[in-house]
Amino acid sequence: MKITQHWLEEFTPAGATAAELAAQLTLAGLEVESITPAAPMCSGVVVGEVLSCARHPQAERLSVCEVTTDGADRLQIVCGASNVRAGLRVAVAEVGARLPGGVAIERARLRGLESQGMLCSARELGLGAEHDGILELPPRFAPGMDLRAALDLDDMVLEVNATPNRGDCMSVFGIARDHAAARRHEFLRYAAPPVAAAHAEGFPVEIAAPRDCTVFAGRLFRGIRGGAVSPLWLRERLRRIGINSISPVVDVTNYVMAELGQPMHAYDRTRLVGRLVVRSAAAGERIVLLDDKEYALDPEFLVVADDEGPVGLAGIMGGRRTAIDDRTVDVYLEAAHFTPQAVAGRARRLGLFTDAAQRFERGVDPGLPLEAIERASALLLEICGGEPGAVQMHRGTPAAASARRVSLRRSRLARALGTTVPDEAVRELLGAIGEELEETADGWSVAAPAHRFDLAIEADLVEEVARLRGFDSIPESPAFAPQRPGGATESEAAPERLLTAMIDRGYHEAITYSFVDPAWQTPLFPDAESLVLANPISADMSAMRVSLWPGLLRACRENLRRQQPRVRLFELGRRFVVGDEGLREVETLAGVACGARWPEQWSAPREGVDFYDVKADIEALFALTVGTGHDVRFEAAELSCLHPGRTARLWRGDQAIGWLGELHPRLAKAFDISPAPVIFDINVALGFSSKPMLYKKISKFPSVRRDLAIVVDENVSLAELRENVTVSASGVLSDLLVFDVYRGPGIESGRKSVALGLILQDSSRTLTDIDADAVTTAVVARLRDVFSATIRD
Amino acid sequence: MAAPEPLSSLVGRALEDVAASADLAALDEVRVRLLGKKGLLTEQLKGLGALRADERPAAGQKINDAKAAIQAALEARRDALEQEALSAALARGSIDVTLPGRGQHPGTMHPVTRTRLRIERIFTQAGFQVAAGPEVEDDFHNFEALNIPANHPARAMHDTFYFPDGRLLRTHTSPVQIRAMQIQKPPLAVIAPGRVYRCDSDMTHTPMFHQVEGFVVGESVSFANLKAMLHGFVERFFERSLGMRLRPSYFPFTEPSAEVDIECVFCHGAGCRVCKHTGWLEILGCGMIHPNVLAAAGIDGERWQGYAFGMGIERLAMLRYGVDDLRLFFENDLQFLKQFP
Repeated sequence: MKITQHWLEEFTPAGATAAELAAQLTLAGLEVESITPAAPMCSGVVVGEVLSCARHPQAERLSVCEVTTDGADRLQIVCGASNVRAGLRVAVAEVGARLPGGVAIERARLRGLESQGMLCSARELGLGAEHDGILELPPRFAPGMDLRAALDLDDMVLEVNATPNRGDCMSVFGIARDHAAARRHEFLRYAAPPVAAAHAEGFPVEIAAPRDCTVFAGRLFRGIRGGAVSPLWLRERLRRIGINSISPVVDVTNYVMAELGQPMHAYDRTRLVGRLVVRSAAAGERIVLLDDKEYALDPEFLVVADDEGPVGLAGIMGGRRTAIDDRTVDVYLEAAHFTPQAVAGRARRLGLFTDAAQRFERGVDPGLPLEAIERASALLLEICGGEPGAVQMHRGTPAAASARRVSLRRSRLARALGTTVPDEAVRELLGAIGEELEETADGWSVAAPAHRFDLAIEADLVEEVARLRGFDSIPESPAFAPQRPGGATESEAAPERLLTAMIDRGYHEAITYSFVDPAWQTPLFPDAESLVLANPISADMSAMRVSLWPGLLRACRENLRRQQPRVRLFELGRRFVVGDEGLREVETLAGVACGARWPEQWSAPREGVDFYDVKADIEALFALTVGTGHDVRFEAAELSCLHPGRTARLWRGDQAIGWLGELHPRLAKAFDISPAPVIFDINVALGFSSKPMLYKKISKFPSVRRDLAIVVDENVSLAELRENVTVSASGVLSDLLVFDVYRGPGIESGRKSVALGLILQDSSRTLTDIDADAVTTAVVARLRDVFSATIRD
Repeated sequence: MAAPEPLSSLVGRALEDVAASADLAALDEVRVRLLGKKGLLTEQLKGLGALRADERPAAGQKINDAKAAIQAALEARRDALEQEALSAALARGSIDVTLPGRGQHPGTMHPVTRTRLRIERIFTQAGFQVAAGPEVEDDFHNFEALNIPANHPARAMHDTFYFPDGRLLRTHTSPVQIRAMQIQKPPLAVIAPGRVYRCDSDMTHTPMFHQVEGFVVGESVSFANLKAMLHGFVERFFERSLGMRLRPSYFPFTEPSAEVDIECVFCHGAGCRVCKHTGWLEILGCGMIHPNVLAAAGIDGERWQGYAFGMGIERLAMLRYGVDDLRLFFENDLQFLKQFP
């Protein structure tokens, strides 16, 4: 909300420049977001009086005016405004004046007549958009007065961001009160002198929800003057705090709310039927509010209603049916207190954000309605006359808040802040914000004033002391922390190590959104159930990802489109799996590799990345898991989104831990990703758990190598060969290498030649050639039996 | 048989031949011709037998001297030729060292991760543990337990993503505070980094971003301790001494609450576009844990007290690396990612 410095100074001396005031407010918890001048710079503009006004002989739309700025001079000024007339007080930019934007006023001739200056419109002075005519100044302004002084244009506007706990600071008065307490300045209490009643007529009001509406003050104004306009000072103040002038009644209620913090409402009396009742809305009840929109209500909402239904949403916005307009003659003014519990969250439920709701849900002083109604009455009477009735005060259940006492222990204050605050200072600060300060055996006790909805417990007073004293007054002192050993686990590969391993292998880490486009996710995982947001930002961010692939593939596609033909991305994050046991958030490492195997370079062939490249990357990751690195199995499997012949499911023991494969060409085409990328994902918890390694004795005896080229059917996997070789060579096989896989001339179609290197070693003796040959013979025999393998010479 | 060539001329000619040998093969021919089994000097030695016994030693000595001289010349020439051959081979084998190296190029770490890991390191070195919690949260942990009851105005500051069943995407990492305190007994020092979500998307907001929550609970963990910890953190994070100030603010889960400003890291507090000419940058929120929050987590607020803070990782990354558009972090444009090794 905006306030102006001079307005605030009507309640307490700011004692500072606007910048200093802003810093002081900010450091007391009322953040000032901006400081702007009330009006742009101008000079040489003074109050003038139009002495005479005649039509320009050569121009129908121009007037030739005689204007005095000191009572003695006679300036001839040609003016084009239609509202210029003799007797009017005007803003005169004399020759030599400078207007906002740097416009310099010079002697000029307009259609043959000299003009010794200019009469200014509001817009020309930077006082709003009004440009229909010249600015009309009040008759009490004496000619010759500098306009900046006359209109207080050197005032400064501060935009203050009051936190949600400080409803009491949502007004000029409230901010002034807090500022005075923080600076220990003098503070002038708000005192609106009562306006005498001119008649006894009122309007019947019943509070049917006494807990929600603790006070309802009303006053009937009869016979207000139609066509009255708000005085310039009022319009100026409202303009400065960003409120448009609408009509005197609306302006006055807005003004009182801005000044005092009490939201008000004005009804057209003649449109009210029967009597007013403050009550809960009936289910299904509807109301058209001042924004001309219709809202459906339920009993959670509090309304003010007459005999024909709701006339306003209590504490939020008035209704259209009983609203005042240009023809309104009798006005019923309302200033009520609605409790935070009755208003909080209701406006938000309807998508509304109003000044009234903002204040009521944070808490408005229940003592304000009477002050507000008197202040508004005085202003209304001055602007548009009418006959005020007596103020009618209706009361609900009094707020218990008024009796709250809060204690602060000296020891608690020191322990919480980590520093000792002198008793004298505490007394002074608590005295400034609280009422009825008392000394207790171990500290102090105060009554929370009615406007402080945020003072209820000891911590609230600790905060007040710290805040008002200034956080700068609290020293920085390092804590002595308990001495506790940290972790150095070997039971899992550190996530940071997984990241750096991927990075070292040429992958770039991506972070994609946890919610994805079903148009990407569903084709990939047609059978997976996903968690869908009730209120997504957009449809393409509506489903929680069941895999990291939708996001990574999309990022891959975007990069391809950005002329990055080689993409290697990975991500470490959660996927959201809906299963029988409910939702699981599964930490997952996933990646995509698309395009060339190597970055384009002078000494590497240009080949596309394939399954085995990425498999090597994954194997490098599993190599990080000590002790159990070799028990990960890649088994041929099928997943609908992957190439049916190029898909491996990853297993560790009997647990499936991930997938590796080439994106199905159908999907690669649909997603416009070419060539088809290789993608993988691994469950981090299952895939990278680990055990400490166990040392194995190093054999002192040399190893022997025997190479075998065996020819087997295409469908025989290396895993099967390895298993059988291992059985036959058991005890002496220390490693098994595959150094060639060949198909082509010399090998019948449907068969392949696999070249195996058997590294044989015994831990207790040197193997002889005879030993090695025996092993080879056994291996060959087994492979022949099991796979009909033949030996290739 | 012709008279043998005088030894002196033989040596002179031999040395010329050695010097004239253009390569190791030619040199070897010279060696064989002179010192081989039928070489000229060998022949001379054989001729000694024809001399008188008293002449033999002197003559033998001369021949041996000549032989030694020739051998030395041969060896010197061989060394020189070998050196030449090596030099030539090296010259032939020289390469363009400015051509790029072969193989895979290293990838890059996302700047948000890079920043998170630095934050984790700074705090773990100070004795904090790293904790995690679910991203799909319930109302209790995300709001109620943090002293934000239904209809609380502070809920308006959290544009929350909901699921039809009432669960929600956590709007901050603070729920981890509750979960950690429910599991562990004080004293506690924990940070909880992670993804958080707000239903908000524009120039300066993305619907997902990262926070680090931190909190310490002990018998006398104070506001003064909080100030020291945070000031130490920002100075280590930015690796320079920095002015810091705390502004009173409001969070439902802390009291007192403060926003922390640091001296602008771009203009050193002089005022610039980034700090909106204030000289200060708001970087995190903090405060003393509200008694209601301790109570919700089952901790005796009379005995224990503590502080909590929360910071946006993207915000810190932007300040550290000069990134001026938040959205870049989630576009995964390789041209952006590749700038963060």
